[in-house]
Amino acid sequence: MGAGHAHKLYRHGHSPVHRLPAHCKLLAVLGFVLVVVSTPREAVWAFGLYAVLLGTVAAVARIPAGFLLKRLLIEIPFVAFALLMPFVVPGEQTEVLGISLSVPGLWGAWNILAKGTLGVAASVILASTTELRSLLLGLQRLRLPSLLVQIASFMIRYGDVIADEMRRMSIARRSRGFEARGVRHWGVLAKSAGALFIRSYERGERVHLAMVSRGYTGTMPVLHDVRATRAQWSYAAALPVTALAVCLLGWTL
Amino acid sequence: MHVPDGFINTPVSVAAGVVAAGAVAVSLRGARRELGGSPAELPGADRTAPLAGLVAAFVFAVQMLNFPVAAGTSGHLLGGALAAILVGPFTGVLCIAVVLLMQGILFADGGLTALGVNITVMGVVTVLVAYGLFRGLVKILPRTRRSVTAASFVAALVSVPAAAAAFTLLYEVGGLTEVPIGSVLTAMVGVHVLIGIGEAVITMLTVGAVIAVRPDLVYGARGLSAPLKLRVGGELVDAPAAAGPAPAAARSPRRLWLGGLVTSLVLAGFVSFYASADPDGLEKVAADNGIDRTVEEHAAADSPLADYGVKDVSDARLSGGLAGVIGVGATVALGSGVFYVVRRRRSEDAGPESVQGSV
Repeated sequence: MGAGHAHKLYRHGHSPVHRLPAHCKLLAVLGFVLVVVSTPREAVWAFGLYAVLLGTVAAVARIPAGFLLKRLLIEIPFVAFALLMPFVVPGEQTEVLGISLSVPGLWGAWNILAKGTLGVAASVILASTTELRSLLLGLQRLRLPSLLVQIASFMIRYGDVIADEMRRMSIARRSRGFEARGVRHWGVLAKSAGALFIRSYERGERVHLAMVSRGYTGTMPVLHDVRATRAQWSYAAALPVTALAVCLLGWTL
Repeated sequence: MHVPDGFINTPVSVAAGVVAAGAVAVSLRGARRELGGSPAELPGADRTAPLAGLVAAFVFAVQMLNFPVAAGTSGHLLGGALAAILVGPFTGVLCIAVVLLMQGILFADGGLTALGVNITVMGVVTVLVAYGLFRGLVKILPRTRRSVTAASFVAALVSVPAAAAAFTLLYEVGGLTEVPIGSVLTAMVGVHVLIGIGEAVITMLTVGAVIAVRPDLVYGARGLSAPLKLRVGGELVDAPAAAGPAPAAARSPRRLWLGGLVTSLVLAGFVSFYASADPDGLEKVAADNGIDRTVEEHAAADSPLADYGVKDVSDARLSGGLAGVIGVGATVALGSGVFYVVRRRRSEDAGPESVQGSV
């Protein structure tokens, strides 16, 4: 997983945020999201402050706003759900532009939109400032079972290989004049999926044998253990602690 | 269907996280058995990571395979039922959980605090429902390839709306906005029945395609292969069974059964603590509009468990939890009884010479 294999979501950089150890960043993001989720939705200004906080982190990490906004599009399905809420939730009604909307529905929609968007933005900043390999090592340092981390790392490592295999099958199908147009063509696609499964599984067996022949016994050696200094911890804690202060203000005000 | 942050309240998210973590821990142990090669060596400690990782990569890739429906719309496979049937329930849960974890961290698809909810709904519920149905159907149906594909159709068909129903249930318990839950359930299950039909057809075709080429790779179809017969002098004779691979050690279903029971009891008894004691959306609407004045009490209204509470227990939450535990117990007892009777009748029907299906 050298530089050549960095995932497309990662933005190479040397900012202070990039340099933080991955497990500090993971905990910071988790803490931040927890704080955001437990903020009362009536404290609208608190969510504005959270957005400012995230904007500051993104600026320190030198992530362009366009990149961030493009990645936020992932939450569109739930935006649709949120936009439906004012129309279907019962409760007292209010008139907006001549359309009657329910007040609890509007609050619910706002709740999902604000918290969901902030959560997605925090994850996006994490993924774009942390390399995959260190992210996985960070998960391992956070005491995730090492088998789980290994499975995840194999999945990430071979995800592109399997996806490329699928793409090659698609090219092979199309070069023989096949075009999937409707339900009638599902059989062909499903056979491709079946072939893909067999190829993935057999590749897994080959990978296993190759690793066993190189001395693999079920655990991966940790080559360089990244330990976080006190300064790095406090630097990483700045985000969730500030957010916690905002959250407490939101509860008291 | 990835749930974002701020959708389900904290206690329910935490409870779902505990359930998900328990399921992953159990699956980590179970997957070693499922993926372990020959039973002679140490059960698959070193095979698990590469194989499960590659299967997770497959699930990840196959979710990107678009199936055109009509008029420019297309859908994709969810893969829970497919993974459970192809590689077994434990590995299936594990793979889906890893895919969801990576999607949550890398692609911001699904909130970090909702990870437990996502794994519980899309991994655990889907896989358990699909594999349970699949196993049951394969046991009942004649032992042929066709019944394996038919069983995978039904399993995938039911698993998707079941996951939707599970999500609706979680939303009912821990949703942050009161939505008329009856209509949500109808809408969710209705939409997901449609999705489930697509999922079922594709899963069935995919399982069929794999069975046609490498039947030994389909976990759910293990034990289907007919014993080798030799034609000696024009007559079929059973081949000596020495060369055959030793069957996977028959393991007692007791532990799985106990695990499921404990999980249901915890869910019913503990999680329903957090269930709102207020009337649900539909009941509230009914009460507000005076609809319920004409409603007659249900015939079982004076049963000791009426209205999901135990009579004579005053604390609403405690009573709800107790009712949940008792309900689970009754369901398990009834289900086991039916299963036991069916199995006894089947074994009597089959007689001593068990029927060998043509494969």
